[in-house]
Formats: sequence, structure tokens, C-alpha cells
Amino acid sequence: MSAMRVVVAMSGGVDSSVAAALLAREGHDVVGLSMQLYDQSDGQTQFGSCCTIDDLHDARRVAARLGIPHYIVNFERKFGETVVADFMREYAAGRTPIPCVHCNGDLKFATLVERAAAFDATVVATGHYARVDQDAATGRYRMWRGVDAAKDQSYFLFTLTQAQLAHACFPVGALDKAAVREQARELGLEVAEKPDSHEICFVPGGDHGAFLQRQGIAESHGVIRNVEGAVVGEHGGVHRFTVGQRKGLGLASPIPLYVVGIDAAGRTVTVGPKAALERRELTASGVNWIAGAPPPAGLSVTAQIRHRHREAAATIEPLAADRVSVVFDEPQIAVAPGQALVMYSGAEVVGGGWID
Amino acid sequence: MRVYFDHNATTPLDPEVFEVMTRVLGEEFGNPSSVHHFGQRAKAVLDEARSQVARLINGEPSEVVFTSGGTEADNFALRGVAEALEPTGRRHLVATTIEHEAVLVTLKALARRGWTVTLLPVGATGIVSPDALREAITDRTALVSVMHANNEIGTVQPVEALAAIAHEHGALVHTDAVQSAGKLAVDARALGADLLSLSAHKFYGPKGAGALWIKRGTRVAAIMTGGRHERSRRAGTENVAGIAGLGAAAARAMTKLDAEATRLGALRDRLEHRILDTVPGTAVNGARAPRVPNTTNISFDGIEAESLLIALDLEGFAVSTGSACSSGTLEPSHVLRAMGLPSHRTQNSIRISLGARNTEAEVDAFLAKLPTVVGKLRTVTGARR
Repeated sequence: MSAMRVVVAMSGGVDSSVAAALLAREGHDVVGLSMQLYDQSDGQTQFGSCCTIDDLHDARRVAARLGIPHYIVNFERKFGETVVADFMREYAAGRTPIPCVHCNGDLKFATLVERAAAFDATVVATGHYARVDQDAATGRYRMWRGVDAAKDQSYFLFTLTQAQLAHACFPVGALDKAAVREQARELGLEVAEKPDSHEICFVPGGDHGAFLQRQGIAESHGVIRNVEGAVVGEHGGVHRFTVGQRKGLGLASPIPLYVVGIDAAGRTVTVGPKAALERRELTASGVNWIAGAPPPAGLSVTAQIRHRHREAAATIEPLAADRVSVVFDEPQIAVAPGQALVMYSGAEVVGGGWID
Repeated sequence: MRVYFDHNATTPLDPEVFEVMTRVLGEEFGNPSSVHHFGQRAKAVLDEARSQVARLINGEPSEVVFTSGGTEADNFALRGVAEALEPTGRRHLVATTIEHEAVLVTLKALARRGWTVTLLPVGATGIVSPDALREAITDRTALVSVMHANNEIGTVQPVEALAAIAHEHGALVHTDAVQSAGKLAVDARALGADLLSLSAHKFYGPKGAGALWIKRGTRVAAIMTGGRHERSRRAGTENVAGIAGLGAAAARAMTKLDAEATRLGALRDRLEHRILDTVPGTAVNGARAPRVPNTTNISFDGIEAESLLIALDLEGFAVSTGSACSSGTLEPSHVLRAMGLPSHRTQNSIRISLGARNTEAEVDAFLAKLPTVVGKLRTVTGARR
């Protein structure tokens, strides 16, 4: 790349810090932006561990060290309206949302590309482990898994459009985590040894039930039934459950029981043995095809139904209205409505959607 | 090129002030409370600064209490008067809706402890009317606190008229003169104030030094308690070098107050007129007079102030979206809101505040760049709609 102005979304973590550093070292005019996602003016937050005041402090320190300008932009309202509101709605509907996808696509990329244009920057870089390139033959942008399989984050980026990918840059996607940390150490960045964040950033301690209650989710007490339809217990709200969940059911049973279905309207949670979690087929909605158009029916892919799911072979058939039908070669465990289905061809992201 | 247009946030240290401060830091390490030679030398530094600050505002040296800055001075005035007057049964405090947060948040804290607080409204001018005070004040009012000049829009408040009304009802008067001291001639006695706050770093002095002027005989309880520093009104070993800088800055400000006010006023007016003429969809927020001569606050239709601020900074021009103390929050400017501006205008406005080193060439360079930057932002946000 010839030298240009690049906006880097800096979270204060090691990945986006190294992304900024690599671009600055290549001679680009790097502008760091950190997103403030919730009000921290009172110095504390009921939210979780990412994008905290300490993270903003780290991002500022890295920017100062690199000698690049850095701004904190306030996305509080937008974060609440898009990411948190969707998270609430989905759990209330008995689904299992994945807010990081909305945060990356609807919030970060949608907004940062626009902001960058206003600042004469045509490229938006983040610290995601993914790769993007342009197909010389078709001119289309392609997205690929990050080189480090253990850290790959392409799953969270499936909503990116061709227009967004045209501006996207993932400098650490070609590195593995150890190399990223090594770079950070070489550059003398204080965040070199900073631990990775894992849980959903705004849910402290991973306790989403408590979070939803603090946010005022409507109570929906109901019953727990087994797969035969018999009532085996009661529950304090369908939002506390996720398909595949085993812990916290409060049921005595000789065999391990799992949540196999959630009916929000009927306020009913259904539990069953592990075998009842197996499914070979699913459909997904709101599908984004990275190429900008659906592939032919009958395409063989590998697909993931969760971030930490080992990809599995499947055959897909694009349906009308941005939907897709997926048939796995082997049954998969715990297909949770609301989670993302992401399809790959080798390391290339074909597209993704929301499991029905 | 880097151009600094944010002097209401803070100002660069005057080189002569820097000289004074480095000398004091290097040579006058004594504790001003000590009886011996070293203490006396440090005490002499404080005495000189106290005289210099007193002269700036037409006070007496004994009426000047050094603080850590404007916020502490405001806290001291409000909390100190509230505590001192509590036994008298006067439990009512009056201020305006456009005060600095140092006043507003302190009043909120006092309200939680049982004080009644009335905030006087302002109209689109950003100037409070004496009639508003006449309606609000009672014989149980302890204190009326009205800023002399507003930090975001620069409007000068009719402190003298308000003070006369307050005194008719036996209330004390505090004025936050942080944004006027060093910019305008400030005469605490002529204003009719009983207490007046000022801050060194707003007029080319250091951060961390300010003062509360307390008219002789005014009852104020100490808020910072401890030793007998500042005649038991503000405990804690004095920030000697900072205070020396405050004094030196006050003395410097006095020597060039009139000339600089005239120069900056002309520069600001040129900037303002040209923006209104060359950038469509712009308007000045608040009355254009009386105002401190260095400040303008302008709204730009169809843009977000946050983006304009960043885009201008990337071009080398430092401006602000209002109070530097409230950056990082999503709250629209409470000042613009209090003036009744619609919500889009409270979030599309920037403050430009000029200062000693600004030149006509800088203003013209800014004017040459601004229409392009605003145009680009409007294209981008227009595309989204």
C-alpha cells in the first residue's frame, strides 16, 4: 500500500494496538479511534470488562507511544440502540444472541467507514484475526479466516458487505497471536502481555441473566417440560436459558439433561437428553453473502453454528428472502436459534446468517 | 501547522510566568508557614502573588485565598457559604442554568443534603435577566451564584444588577470569573460580589493554581480543613511555584488587558463574520454582546460537532465542542440546551476561543480550510440519510 490515511479502531488490547503500530511503521498516516460504548463518567459501570476506562487509557498510551492522534468517539447511544437492544429482544424471544456480530458490523464498520471518509481516510483497520483481499479476476473482495486458527474471528465479521470490505484492513490477520505479542514487545507496547478478552464485553462475569434483569427485561416465569411433554420443573424466565445449556436447570435427574428447546410465547423450556440436541438441518435468515450474491444451490461448505464450534461439512441451498437451508453431513449438537451460522469454503468466508 | 483556538479550555504558559515559576521551583523550597529564613522567602513569594491577584480584581491582599484552581474556588464558595449560613435558616441557593459544572454539580450535592436550589433560566441570548432573579429570590436565600462570563458562548452576565437585587434580600453573591479574569477588566467590588473565583491557567498561568476572593467580613466556612494556612481558610501547604505563576500571570494580564481585548475582539469578529458569510447553514449561538472578546460559538447545520472537531484537528486546528470538562460524555451542552436551542443545534456547535499567540494569518488559514471540511462532513452524513 502506498502511504495513506488509515483509521484504526483501537480497543486498548494488544491486537488493535499492534494493528495500529504495523500501519504506522509502514508509513501510513494513522488516526486512532476508540469507541466509548457506555457512560463511564461516574467512574464505574454495571457493564463488563471490555472498553473500560482502563482500556481507553491503554489505547491512549499506545497512540502516544506511536505518535499518532487518538480520539474517543461516543457511540453510547448507537451501542444501546443497536447492540444492547437486540441482545435484550433476542433473549426475551427465547433465542441466544451474539452481540459481537452486530457490534462489528452494524456499529464499528458501518460507522467507522463513514467517519473515516469524513476524515479523508479510505481505510478502516481493526485488530481482528481475519483477512481480506480482492479477487483480481472479478474485482470482488473476499474474506478469509485469520492465519491463527485458534484466534480466527471471521465468524464475527460475516455481515460485512462488499462496500465495507472495500475499506477494511486486518493487519494482524496474517499473524498468529504469538507473533502479535512478539511485535508488541518489540515495539515496547505496555499491552504486550495484556490478557485476551473473552466474555461478552458488556455482561460482567458472563451472567447474562442478571444483566438482563438489571436492564429491566420483562419477567416470564414458566414451566420446564421434558421431551414427552410432562412438566418437570419451573423456571424464572426464558431469558435465562440457552439451547444446549446443562447447568442451572435445578432439576434432579438420573441422566444429564440439557435445554433442547425454548418457547418464549408459551414461556416453556424443554429439556431432554443429549441425543435430543442433535440436528442435521437448519435454516438461517438475514444471510449476507460475502461475494454480494448467493452461490449456486448444492454447494459443499463447512459451517459453524457457534464461535467455538468445530466447523462441519454441510451442503447449502440459498433460499428466497436472504435465507439459506443447511444440511450437515453429520448431526450437530445444540443448534441455538439466534446464533450465527457462518459458511466457509476452505478458509474463505462464503457468508453467514442468523439461525432460525 | 498547528493552530490553537481553544483558549477557554486552557492557555499556554506565558514565558515570563515560566521564568518566575522555574526560579521559585528551583530556589524557594521553603515552607511558607516556617518561621525561619527559608520559610520567610517562600512567604514573600506568596505575599507578592497575593498582591498581584488582588490588584487584578480590585481586591485587598487579605481577601485572596489561594486554591487549586477554579473548581476548588467554586466549591469553596458554595459549600463554605452554605455551611456558614446554615444556622441562620437561610437554606436557599440560587444560580443560573448556564453555570459551569463546578457550580452546578456542587449545588446538586447541596440539594441532596436538604438545600433548596433554584436555577435561573436564560433565553436564546444566553444572558440571565434581573427579573428572573427578582422572581426567584426570597429572604431565605443564602447565596446567589452567577458566572461573570460563560465558558461556552462567552456571554457576560449582568452581575452588578443581580448583586444589587441579592443584597436587597440579604443574600451573598458569588461570581465565577474564571472565564473573564484576564480577558476583561474585572472589578470585584464594582460587580457587587462577595466572593469571586478565578483560575491561573485561563490567563497564561499554570494549571493547579487559582483563588477565591472573599470580601472582608464575609462568612465562609473552610472546606479544606487542617493547619492554619491561608489564615485558616484553606488548609494545606501552599503550591508556592503555582501561586507565584498565578501572581505573575495576573500582573502580566493587567499590563495588556485593554490592548489585547481590542485585538482579540477584532480577530474574533473577523472570524465570525467570515464563517457566517462563507459557510452556509451557520449561526452564532447566544448574544454577540456583551461577550468576552475572544470567544465565539457557532452551530453548523447537518454535521456532528464531534466529527468536525476531529476533522479540524487532523487539519491542524484545535477547537472544542464546548466545555473541555464534559468531553467524553454524550450529554449535549447544558448551556445551549438551557438557551432553548433545538437538540440538533446543541450537538452541531463548536466553540472557538482565541488567545495571545493567535494571528490574523492563523484565522485566515482556518477560514480557508473550514468550508471544505464542513462540506465533506455534510456530504458524508447526507449520504447516510
